[in-house]
Amino acid sequence: MILTTLEGVPGKEIIEHFGLVQGSTIRAKHIGKDIMAGFKNIIGGELKGYTELLQEARQEAVERMVRQAAQLGANAVVNVRFATSSVAQGAAELFAYGTAVRVK
Amino acid sequence: MYNLIIFFCLLALGYFSGNYFEQQHYKSIKRRERKTLSLPAVTFGAKKPIPEAEVAALFVGSVVISADYFKMFVYGLRNLVGGRVVVYESLLDRGRREALLRMKEQAITWGASTIVNVRLESSNIGRQAGNNKGMVAIEVIAYGTGIK
Repeated sequence: MILTTLEGVPGKEIIEHFGLVQGSTIRAKHIGKDIMAGFKNIIGGELKGYTELLQEARQEAVERMVRQAAQLGANAVVNVRFATSSVAQGAAELFAYGTAVRVK
Repeated sequence: MYNLIIFFCLLALGYFSGNYFEQQHYKSIKRRERKTLSLPAVTFGAKKPIPEAEVAALFVGSVVISADYFKMFVYGLRNLVGGRVVVYESLLDRGRREALLRMKEQAITWGASTIVNVRLESSNIGRQAGNNKGMVAIEVIAYGTGIK
């Protein structure tokens, strides 16, 4: 499966469109990480635990999107976009969407 | 009285450690930016055909950053009178450059010649607006298509 943020796949031609595919996941932080992050919030810097958590979650959102595209019979997803939003205190939604296409 | 002492301790801790980490971070950012200078990252490319490219892949770099106690205190004061919040500007600047660097470093190991159609996004995953509880945590992500 080829993923791009472009309107097509370089070096290939789009032969069929399958429409929008999307994947999302909502993750909550676990309390141990929250305590560490609370401490980090005093001295500043990167919250490594959260970065990893969100990267994992984004990976899963992408996998779900890819699975949906594969079910439709696509071999590429073009114009992929990501979004993150905080849905409640301590939980974030990771969202990925794009257009499933078949390229040759 | 004790509260006041704790408050000043936290403020001093936030100021010194925050400054220290910020300087360290900027040093590392500048060093890595010089190293990744050979790989151009551009925001166009979506609607333009790219004849020189044969393979493409998606690259994502992300980072979650937080403010220190001192920055939050200064922001609290700033909030009363309004204006530029310089302490948060440097925070977001660091986050954005770090996210871009992580994306570029991945693309370099893959062997990309250019990253086209780069998009930057930031979102607040910590405290909600109008609520002073919880922590300041901002996620910055950078993503684009590496071509070779």
